[in-house]
Amino acid sequence: MEEKKEKTMQKEKVGVYICHCGTNIAGTIDVEEVKNWAAKNPNVEVSRDYEFMCSNTGQELIENDIKEKGLTRIVVASCSPHMHEKTFRNATERGGLNPFLFEMANIREHGSWATNDKEAATQKAKSLVNGAIERVVHHEPLEKIPVEINPNTLIVGGGIAGITAALELANAGNHVYLVEREGTIGGHMAQLDKTFPTLDCSACILTPKMVDVGQHDNITLLTYSEVEKVDGYIGNFEITVRKKARCVIEDLCTACGICEEKCPAQVVDEGYGAGLGYRKAIYRAFPQAVPGYPVLDKENCIYFQTGKCRACEKFCPTDAIDFEQEDEMLNFNVGNIIVATGYDLFDPRRIPQYGYGRLENVFTSLEFERMVNASGPTGGHIVLRDGETKPEKVAIVHCVGSRDQNYNEYCSKVCCMYSLKFAHLVHEHLPETEVFNFYIDMRTPGKGYEEFYHRLLKEDTHFIRGRVAEITDADHQPGEEGKLIVQVENTLLGKQQRIPVDMVILSAGIEAREDAAQVANLFKMGCDYDGFYNERHPKLAPVATMTDGVFIAGACQGPKDIPETVAQGGAAASQIASLIGQGTMMMEPVRASIREEDCSGCRICNNLCPYNAIEYDEEKEVSKVITALCQGCGTCVAACPSGAIDGAHFTNLQVMSELQGLLWDVQPAPEKVTA
Amino acid sequence: MKFGYYPGCSIDRNARSYHISMMAIAERLGLEFEEMEDWNCCGATEYFAINDIPAYTLVSRNLALASQQYSGEKLVAPCSACFLNLKKTDHVMGEYKEINQKVNTALEAGGLAYQPGTVSVHHLLEVIVKDVGLEAIEEQVKKPLYELRIAPYYGCMVPRPADMESFDDPEHPTSMDKLLESLGAIVVDFPLKAQCCGGHMTQISEETALELLRRLLKNADDYGADMISTLCPMCQLNLDAYQGAVNAHFGTDYNIPVIYFTQLIGLAFGIPENELGFGKEIVSAKPALEKISDEAPQEKKRRRRPGRRTGLPMPSMPEEG
Amino acid sequence: MTQTLSARAPSLFEEVVAETSGLGENLNTCIQCGTCGGSCPSGDDMDHTPREIFAMIREDMREEVLTSNTPWYCVSCYYCVARCPQDIHITDIMYALKRKAIEAGYYQKAGKDKAPEFSETFIDFVENNGRSFELGLATRYHLRYHPLDAFKMATGMGLKLFTKGRMDLIPPKIEGIDQLKAILKKSKELGGEA
Repeated sequence: MEEKKEKTMQKEKVGVYICHCGTNIAGTIDVEEVKNWAAKNPNVEVSRDYEFMCSNTGQELIENDIKEKGLTRIVVASCSPHMHEKTFRNATERGGLNPFLFEMANIREHGSWATNDKEAATQKAKSLVNGAIERVVHHEPLEKIPVEINPNTLIVGGGIAGITAALELANAGNHVYLVEREGTIGGHMAQLDKTFPTLDCSACILTPKMVDVGQHDNITLLTYSEVEKVDGYIGNFEITVRKKARCVIEDLCTACGICEEKCPAQVVDEGYGAGLGYRKAIYRAFPQAVPGYPVLDKENCIYFQTGKCRACEKFCPTDAIDFEQEDEMLNFNVGNIIVATGYDLFDPRRIPQYGYGRLENVFTSLEFERMVNASGPTGGHIVLRDGETKPEKVAIVHCVGSRDQNYNEYCSKVCCMYSLKFAHLVHEHLPETEVFNFYIDMRTPGKGYEEFYHRLLKEDTHFIRGRVAEITDADHQPGEEGKLIVQVENTLLGKQQRIPVDMVILSAGIEAREDAAQVANLFKMGCDYDGFYNERHPKLAPVATMTDGVFIAGACQGPKDIPETVAQGGAAASQIASLIGQGTMMMEPVRASIREEDCSGCRICNNLCPYNAIEYDEEKEVSKVITALCQGCGTCVAACPSGAIDGAHFTNLQVMSELQGLLWDVQPAPEKVTA
Repeated sequence: MKFGYYPGCSIDRNARSYHISMMAIAERLGLEFEEMEDWNCCGATEYFAINDIPAYTLVSRNLALASQQYSGEKLVAPCSACFLNLKKTDHVMGEYKEINQKVNTALEAGGLAYQPGTVSVHHLLEVIVKDVGLEAIEEQVKKPLYELRIAPYYGCMVPRPADMESFDDPEHPTSMDKLLESLGAIVVDFPLKAQCCGGHMTQISEETALELLRRLLKNADDYGADMISTLCPMCQLNLDAYQGAVNAHFGTDYNIPVIYFTQLIGLAFGIPENELGFGKEIVSAKPALEKISDEAPQEKKRRRRPGRRTGLPMPSMPEEG
Repeated sequence: MTQTLSARAPSLFEEVVAETSGLGENLNTCIQCGTCGGSCPSGDDMDHTPREIFAMIREDMREEVLTSNTPWYCVSCYYCVARCPQDIHITDIMYALKRKAIEAGYYQKAGKDKAPEFSETFIDFVENNGRSFELGLATRYHLRYHPLDAFKMATGMGLKLFTKGRMDLIPPKIEGIDQLKAILKKSKELGGEA
């Protein structure tokens, strides 16, 4: 402490650079005024403004000033540190200073972009710049910490995103642990019949990849398993997985299917079957399931519920059934993680006026996918809930649960296209049947998508522009008896219409997984307003997250179609491959350290540390930080009652000085709290 | 339990049977409804069409009086329009400063003031199903309404009080269904249960109004309802008094009595019909009431129109499971 | 509140929003999906669906909007409000349009003059007595505006209601009528007499 105080007494020579960012900043903030104002700070040696600080010329300004004017600290006021912190640190280093003697003030995202009020924006820019100046004089030279990257990767979720990523990494010679909650990989894509706009059979293009995953030497496939615990950090995560008891001995099972055949318990298949068909209590989701051995669903198993039956055990030719099997906990280490947990379908029971669950011939889109699939419960025949009658008129309702502030405000992106696909499939299976698509706006951006819409126009689909108001079986007028009536404003005619149909398909939207928040917590990711995982940057880092080493891919980040999902799976794999290729990664030196002389040995920090990075020295009766484990989160720094812990680059002195600098214009009077 | 009571203009005369039956069951359930002194009309749907600040002000006088006369008791309104106007005015005054300011300036001219959020407004059905609860109701049932098929009609403003939270589902309310089931009655499916009766349309465009009423009567009749149970004087008046006009206009032959849910509760409690305001309805409830059986029906209550045996599983409905 | 900043005359949109004292503010977020028009129980009888009216307001089609019968067919059932994906307070906008149509003297052109007359007769009773009065309302409204209907009313349904004891002969009156009148007088000064 003594030393530090002394150090601050010496005057630092700070260079301040205010970026115009074209008109992004200069259009709202009076950059010249900020520059002149900053120059008055006694620590400031040079204060400049420049059109683009990130340009070569901008960076050279910094380098030359350090060399020519002997600057000891640098402040750049421009965009978010996410964008150019690295650029300016490098420039500082090239000038001959330690790169950590630099501080960035974000006057764009936090200033000019946040308001149109020029005066307020300029005033705030001054505060941010002042905070940065007051902070940077207390900066200390630091060195980045090298971290070795464990070449193994954990992928969570065995849908098409996880499958793609796993194969990419495994083919490059890296080991992958693929963890899937269900009994098989495949995800939602395995439930689909055809894929838009090319109409290739979904299973035909998916199952070869599933087989590859199942047979790959570099992939450890853990199905019917869930990640329980994640410790550590990029390069070295410690993973705990619960492998749930499926009551089948995998080494003995030959996947012959006799157990399934003999099982007397029939259950509605709410998972893979989307609720449209039945399955047994011991079952494989579908014949091409990977792995091929079944799962025993204890909740519906007659033996587990009543103590009698054991039919599967009796008939199993290889004695592969084990009712005593218990959940297994597996531990392994990985360097990186991809979360590809997919989406939930919006539950249309939340919109009672659409009648799903009350009116028997209202179906969800996933139910229809199963129905129209040749391996589905109707053998691919489009029939009403009675299992026999062919519909003469079919309504397809777009935007169910999407674009609606009562449910989800966003557009689910894939529904227009799959609704068009449904219309086509109805035409194909039942040429005499009339099809009505009810849409608000037809959204078909994508290669070959608009062309697919044109194809449907030629197939004589009735396209009615209007969001469906309600679906009812209460008939008002002749012709409506016994029908489902779709009530809508045909907005192109400006008329209310009641259209009697036999079958309604609700094109339900895509939602974040119900447990997305818990999963986000497990992997230390953020969720957006709608529950989807936040990417690091919406354009430039779409598959990275704010936690180093944790990546996301597919619909868990937001609604996506198959091509986009596959692209993201590949992108996440390639980012990880690049990290593995580097072998080591340089980490921010932001670490905590405990001053032994000030530590009272209270041990409050020991349990608070989320990385278990603090140990207690019994002899000296003080706590110590294990630097290799510390992630610099700052929890212990804030919690220490003696103030004995410093976070490198976030010392109390640095943070308090920055705050004082920020609040330079705040009057002592309590009511005035303008920033 | 004690409640403030805002009867509304209809209750005094047109919907007298609503008031009578409400008071009769209150006694059995240990409820006390203390009528607000010198309350005024809520303006129905008419005042807002002419002048909005006076419309809010008219309602707010009642809220101001309620805040003076009661000490924290809930204010109960049995009429849908009164309920909506009281609740909405309180809500709007709380949300929109400009309206609150103007309304309070006007109230000041009469020596009154109202702080939004002070009075908690509830519809009578909400009080019965939430505050009293079905268990307490069931305890009082002496003469169950066995074999009586009832279409539960909620109308518009109770399930959908403007953009405010409702105690029941705005599209598919079920609280009255459950209440009537607890009285032993057979509650028929009634898809139009939350549709509008047309309100004042009978006075403005009879053609429009009669069509809306026809749909309701047809739907209740399609499901074999012996009667319609209502919770609003306007709905009762329209469906009951205009049923003849509907029949004359469309050549139909509906004969469905429209009875307040409080009358049905009273009946199941064993209170004599004449103490519940029966007889004031234009379409007589007598033939329907004669159907009530002393014995519980054999087969389980069927809610929906008989359908075909299903080949594919139906999605489960969690709330009904 | 939308306040006009420039000197130009306020647009119909701005006027409508102002007329709702802010409740109609997000009218400009309408995505023209037609949920309101599809849900409306009297939508069949409207010459423009609510959705069309909102598009017309945005295009400043003053006369067409204020002569439309649409707001007068609104039954205030709030289906549109409950279902609107953009949370637009449609019913309150319909009330505001009624007020603006009366103010502009336009509603008679729509040939749908019964509604405002009925509302005005109703309010007359409320303002003078503090309570509404069904018999008086029916007879005065019909006698003043639709004598033939009044005859129907007196001989048919009205008579039935009367014999069932469901109609008052004398208008009820509240005690604090002077207080109410003072309050309403003040509120009209503040809200602008329609």
